Amino acid sequence: MNKLYEDGVLTVYLSGEIDHHCAAGIREETDLQIKQLHPSILKLNFQNVKFMDSSGIGLIIGRYRAMRLIGGELYIESVPKHLKRIIALSGISSLGIVTLNSK
Amino acid sequence: MKVINEMNMSFESRSANESFARAAVSAFLVQLDPTIGELADIKTAVSEAVTNCIVHAYQNKIGIIYINMRIFDNGRICVKIRDKGCGIENIQQAMEPLYTTGGEERAGLGFAVMQSFMDRVKVTSRPEKGTTVIMEKNIIRRGAVNDF
Repeated sequence: MNKLYEDGVLTVYLSGEIDHHCAAGIREETDLQIKQLHPSILKLNFQNVKFMDSSGIGLIIGRYRAMRLIGGELYIESVPKHLKRIIALSGISSLGIVTLNSK
Repeated sequence: MKVINEMNMSFESRSANESFARAAVSAFLVQLDPTIGELADIKTAVSEAVTNCIVHAYQNKIGIIYINMRIFDNGRICVKIRDKGCGIENIQQAMEPLYTTGGEERAGLGFAVMQSFMDRVKVTSRPEKGTTVIMEKNIIRRGAVNDF
């Protein structure tokens, strides 16, 4: 899990497969960064995510709440085509925080 | 409708086996030459069902998860995922989108994903006995009539 912090913006680059097994590790690491850096914006980048089930949706909703608690915002960026369906099903698109991959 | 191939597997309800279950199921399906989309749909549905076994059925203990998968001559596949865990008291409620007993980090979308990504989902459960999820999907056979 790569991350970049610049001007109050924390970008977390997710990769591989996101399921219940690995979601816990991503959650802990991301929450630790949020706690330490207090970013005003958290960006979760899905460019290199090969697979995601509803555990990934839980992860997004949890980080959305965490950012709201500190008065910050969450953005979901570079969502690849194969994840569109589960994102659409979850309804998180209606929060206006999702950007799809332009490719 | 005739069964042309069948596989059975069982494994412990450890979360590391979620990816194993998905990979095994998709390896078995390769013989049907499914599209990437079809394979992704089935992998996601299987991942949801297996995660339910681990998070709910065998909560706080390790049990065995059984997967049976059949391929029919008309391109239909049927996957059965069974556990001998705690069972579901109210199946209708459990299947409602956003309903979860899994705490804040669970989206409550497991069954909604299964229903949306597969053609048919059937759930049977008995408290303290276990739960069986049966899912079916038609794979469009390419190279046959649907080759376009």
